[in-house]
Amino acid sequence: MIIGDRKSLAEILDMIKDCRNILITGCKGCVTVCNVGGLKEVQVLASSLKIARKKEGRPITIEENLLERQCDPEYIAEVSDIIHNYDAVVSMACGVGPQFLSEAYPKQKFFPAINTKFFGGATAHGIWEERCAGCGSCVIHQYDGLCPISRCSKSLMNGPCGGSANGLCEISRDVVCIWDMIVKKKMEQGRLDDLLAVAPAKDWSTSRDGGPRKSIREELTQ
Amino acid sequence: MDTFEPQIVAFCCKYCAYAAADLAGSMRLAYPPNVKIVQLPCTGRVDIFHLLTAIEDGADGVYVAGCLEGECHFMKGNFRARKKVEYVKKTLAELGIEPERVEMYNLSSAMGPRFAEIAQEMTDRIKELGPSPVRTETV
Ligand code: SF4
Repeated sequence: MIIGDRKSLAEILDMIKDCRNILITGCKGCVTVCNVGGLKEVQVLASSLKIARKKEGRPITIEENLLERQCDPEYIAEVSDIIHNYDAVVSMACGVGPQFLSEAYPKQKFFPAINTKFFGGATAHGIWEERCAGCGSCVIHQYDGLCPISRCSKSLMNGPCGGSANGLCEISRDVVCIWDMIVKKKMEQGRLDDLLAVAPAKDWSTSRDGGPRKSIREELTQ
Repeated sequence: MDTFEPQIVAFCCKYCAYAAADLAGSMRLAYPPNVKIVQLPCTGRVDIFHLLTAIEDGADGVYVAGCLEGECHFMKGNFRARKKVEYVKKTLAELGIEPERVEMYNLSSAMGPRFAEIAQEMTDRIKELGPSPVRTETV
């Protein structure tokens, strides 16, 4: 799923400083699962902002809303009746949400409350880690299911580099060297020879080199 | 300021703090009337949102009182509550409000006098801090 972190209250308060009446809209998709932009987080943000503005002596009215998804036009359409009742709208979806909203309602102002960070999963309760870089041509089968593109700090296709020590990456003691894991796994499976082959340079043409990407499924288009 | 009477909300677990409040009553122990108790089936039930809403609605202080650590009936409820209290403390600090207005306490159902002591401690603390900056006129 897409993982994000909420922006600081100071940053969000600055975005809405001229507003007296806003809508905060969450998303039931990825951001609900990673506990950053679902129902509870909408309630917590609304309450925090109201506390801040009461303290300043400039109370703000906040309506709370939760959309099934903010990355599909049919759900964005659900707020068409109310969207213009506010000075601005704060979206707690990933970066896609406020853009779909802005495109659907060009007259309204939309602010993002979330910093969208990466594609990943929960490795423990409350901890999420990056697992995919969305490069557009998956190579993890060559590395026994471990992705050196997203998980090696240098995205090395042939590793490890000389900075790998005791299973950790040279950039930080908090970063596991994925190449250490790849080599160990190959050894455990008796397939270390796989790594004698030099992996060619990665084909980045499927990544961002051609600008924003599109995926078209002819059988679904109407 | 002498006449300031804080409004304090206490979220109490029914297995410990709430029962301790009962015991304090049976023991005829006096504690400040500033504390309004909300009974919970476990402090794990308390949400960040509940604590913030109390502050938003004008409470000068809020505390959560759960079982002694390691003695929660639901195993980890009181540890979860403590983390939520920490989150709210951080939020208040971020907003320039004293984080001490929110606190987590642990006690057992046999600790009636401790319940009264906590209520007094929190009331004294909030009196010292003064009214919440969120309080609008008279709440
Ligand atoms: S130490 Fe490991 S993870 Fe870090 S850059 Fe080198 S190969 Fe990649």
